Amino acid sequence: MIHTAVGQFGHFFVILSFVSALVATFAYFRAGLTTTAPDELSAWRRFARVTFYVHAAAVLGVVFCLYWIIGNNYFEYHYAWDNSSISLPTEFVISSFWQDQEGSFLLWIFWNVVLGLVLIVTNRSWEAPVMTVFALVQAFLASMILGVVIPGLDLKIGSTPFLLLRESMPNLPVWKMNPDFIPEDGNGLNPLLQNYWMVIHPPTLFLGFASTLIPFSFAIAGLWLRKTSDWIRPALPWALFSALVLGVGILMGAYWAYETLNFGGYWNWDPVENTSFVPWLVLIAAIHTMIIGRKNATALKTSFILAIATFILVLYSTFMTRSGILGNASVHSFTDLGLSGQLLLYLLTFTIAAIGLLIYRWKMLPSDEEEVSSYSQEFWIFIGATVLCLSSFQILATTSIPVYNSIAEAFGVVLNLALPADQIAHYNKFQLWFFALIIILTGVGQYFWWKRAGKDKLQVLYIPLMITLIISAAAITIGKINNISYIVLLTASIFAVIANGSILFDIIRGNYRISGGAVTHIGVALMLIGILFSSGYSKVISINNSGLMISRSDEFTANDNKENKENITLWRNRPERMDDYLLTWRDVRIEAREVPGYIPKDWVDIIENDFRAVAMKDIVVDEKRYYEKGDTLEIYPENYYYEIEYREPSGKVFTLFPRVQINPQMGGIISSPDIQSKYNKDLYTYVAMVTNPTAEPQWSPTEEFTVAMKDTFFVNDYVAILDNVVRTDEVEGVALGPNDAAVKAIIRVLDKEQEFIITPSFIIRDRAIGRKPEVSEELGLRIQFNEINPQTGKFTFAVNTTQREFIVMKALEKPFINVLWLGTFVLVIGFVLATIRRFRDFVKMRDKENQKTAAPKTPKLKPQRV
Amino acid sequence: MKKTHIFALIIIAIAAGIILSTAGDASTYVDFTQAEELALNGDNGSIHVVGKLKKDSHGQIMGMQYQPEVDPNYFAFTLQDNNNREQTVIYQSPKPQDFDKSEQVVVIGRMEKDHFAAEKILLKCPSKYENGKLETTEFKAAKL
Repeated sequence: MIHTAVGQFGHFFVILSFVSALVATFAYFRAGLTTTAPDELSAWRRFARVTFYVHAAAVLGVVFCLYWIIGNNYFEYHYAWDNSSISLPTEFVISSFWQDQEGSFLLWIFWNVVLGLVLIVTNRSWEAPVMTVFALVQAFLASMILGVVIPGLDLKIGSTPFLLLRESMPNLPVWKMNPDFIPEDGNGLNPLLQNYWMVIHPPTLFLGFASTLIPFSFAIAGLWLRKTSDWIRPALPWALFSALVLGVGILMGAYWAYETLNFGGYWNWDPVENTSFVPWLVLIAAIHTMIIGRKNATALKTSFILAIATFILVLYSTFMTRSGILGNASVHSFTDLGLSGQLLLYLLTFTIAAIGLLIYRWKMLPSDEEEVSSYSQEFWIFIGATVLCLSSFQILATTSIPVYNSIAEAFGVVLNLALPADQIAHYNKFQLWFFALIIILTGVGQYFWWKRAGKDKLQVLYIPLMITLIISAAAITIGKINNISYIVLLTASIFAVIANGSILFDIIRGNYRISGGAVTHIGVALMLIGILFSSGYSKVISINNSGLMISRSDEFTANDNKENKENITLWRNRPERMDDYLLTWRDVRIEAREVPGYIPKDWVDIIENDFRAVAMKDIVVDEKRYYEKGDTLEIYPENYYYEIEYREPSGKVFTLFPRVQINPQMGGIISSPDIQSKYNKDLYTYVAMVTNPTAEPQWSPTEEFTVAMKDTFFVNDYVAILDNVVRTDEVEGVALGPNDAAVKAIIRVLDKEQEFIITPSFIIRDRAIGRKPEVSEELGLRIQFNEINPQTGKFTFAVNTTQREFIVMKALEKPFINVLWLGTFVLVIGFVLATIRRFRDFVKMRDKENQKTAAPKTPKLKPQRV
Repeated sequence: MKKTHIFALIIIAIAAGIILSTAGDASTYVDFTQAEELALNGDNGSIHVVGKLKKDSHGQIMGMQYQPEVDPNYFAFTLQDNNNREQTVIYQSPKPQDFDKSEQVVVIGRMEKDHFAAEKILLKCPSKYENGKLETTEFKAAKL
């Protein structure tokens, strides 16, 4: 039966949320206008608030309906069918919710509702103007999932997640036969996204995106109400919160990429990564100017620009990744849902309105009477914010190349511009210097901020500088760093750790609550050091130096670079030397849901098109029996793990299991690395190519050999010797009766360093002849015992050959990557401290103002510090 | 001149430098003939060529050469650009896993004497939003 009701409810809630957002926008707008009569104000505000509550309830309704559909496997709905499946474990059912565009919009809408409610509760005095902006944003976002066609105009607004399959694909012939057809199972979540990071990364990132709306709304409210500097205090804790969450979200994505994708790193300067990083950088710049904005008019003006720019850049990012404009340029943007026009409208509305309002009010903003001194804290913070903006401008300028093409096309010009061929080198060329400068400024800025340095006190900087140079010289010598840009970045980062550390040491004794800035800066410096070593000194250790491979010597010498020889081939069970290690590819393994680790693929028989397998033997791991032979067990059918044994020179052995995923949604086979983490480096291994583990081997045409005992013959380029033919009582898989007989041939096959014994059997059973061939996967051979000729004393064998099983793998060493993760933790702690501090500031101020309005005539007993 | 003006000038200079450098680093989409001309003129910058893979009646890609047992880092294939010019492309890395399923390919690299040396290959696979969807559904419908 088709469950139409839940979808209709869902669709109704979407429409309700859209309409209520529009009404709330208008009501809050009226409540915020100074021209509204004072006695009407509170009525408008109450009405607006109720409308927003209705909106919030509607959004929760939408979320609930979509979950209901996905959680109950209602595959008659397109969204559930396309993104979920029966076999999906609960945590991944949750993430299939936001796999597609509609769900991720919904996630964004949901966070905006949560943030909006928090703002209504915590900040009544700014409610009307701030919530006007919020409600308008909600109206735009809700319109993206509206899925309403305006009759007459044939204009579709939004794409609804509540579409039934028969509505989304009406041309399928199956509807004619059976209009109530429901697929038995869904397409499932893209296996690449079936990872715990993908359960928490998108909500975190979207909370980050959503929260950039708050500083923006306060900036707009400040302009609107002409409270040109008051908006900063309530906005600042939220800006910090947003930077924390967005930063963590981005880093989670980076870590997922490191663990799951095989480009060998955590950051690829992909357009999708860049467009989330750019708003973050601008937000960081905004936070810094906001901190000094109440004292310095230039910084105040800049704060307006940057708070607005952050949100506009988030919208721009949304537009880029969802409109399909990136096209070939990015691997992981969404496909176009036909929302480009709507997205552009959303982007342009807020851009034009915000910039218009800013220009309109510009004259009203205060100006500085005199120039700021180069020895003041404001000066250094301002320089830092500027460099942050330049850094983000550079990233944006390059990432937008596909946009230039589209704009030019709109004017009839064909640009044909493409992103730089070596993007990583292109970005690093700039960003390394920008960040070296930024990280130095964090140290210097902190010295000026805490008044440790000043016009006549520059000498305080000498001591940290000296310590830095000593440590850095030692590090450069020991680490054999000879690239000038790396030396600069390393020295700059060490300086930042020392300078901020010294400040931290001083203030933490007084009041740890205000140490957020210093802690965050130390975190960033550590991250830069980690990035410098793990990326700059990432070393390929799978250099292909076996003599056989240098067969194309002309090219090898002509190119003069071994860079392209970075992969090695491993044949099954044949040890190969790589760097200091002796590598052996042992087996292919699979992951059973209830069994720890990975079990050999041969232990089970995987049921085709299912997520279960039948145990071929008792499954015993670590002396615990999990399944008996013949049991059915649940597995992850897409994932295969390649057991690669590393033998160190010391004789120590460890095993890595890089993954290969059969991923039809990504068009084939996807490989993911396995990482061995030591305290000072990661060993990163992935298979670049495998023979498809699910494909049946393709056998060559049969070749027959008739040989006598001890004869030698050649199969698949190997020397094979028929050693013996012996009587046997046991043939696997065949029950022998008393009158039956069986013999097996013992054929020795000589490989380069090893010998293999292959024993095909010849069976006479119930007077019929049976032949049991034997397959050697290592050799890619199948030998069948065909005939015994008693007259000549010769034996005939049928031989088929196939591609021997091999993998092509790559291994890298990433030194000091743990410093990056350590820096990340420090950064998070710093942001949390700073957010809490600024929130307390805001609460103190708010309560004071409330007291004032509640009892305006009470004289103050003593002056309070602001 | 005021300090702020000098400051503003420096910023503008850096921004201009960024834009110029971006323009310089940006690659272009060309066809093989243009790529050849560029190489003849001594332009060694990397370029993008969009092309199709020729397939035989069995859907097998024609002119593909990859023998990992001999050299896992040598992969050659024939690419047909938008002007139907065919060109051997040599990629000194393992064959991308999903290459066989690709139809449209973007190669990034430069023209050598008799072949195109690719540094990077971007694959455009049939999207799940286009073909995959219908296939699965039809398969399921047939089972009923």
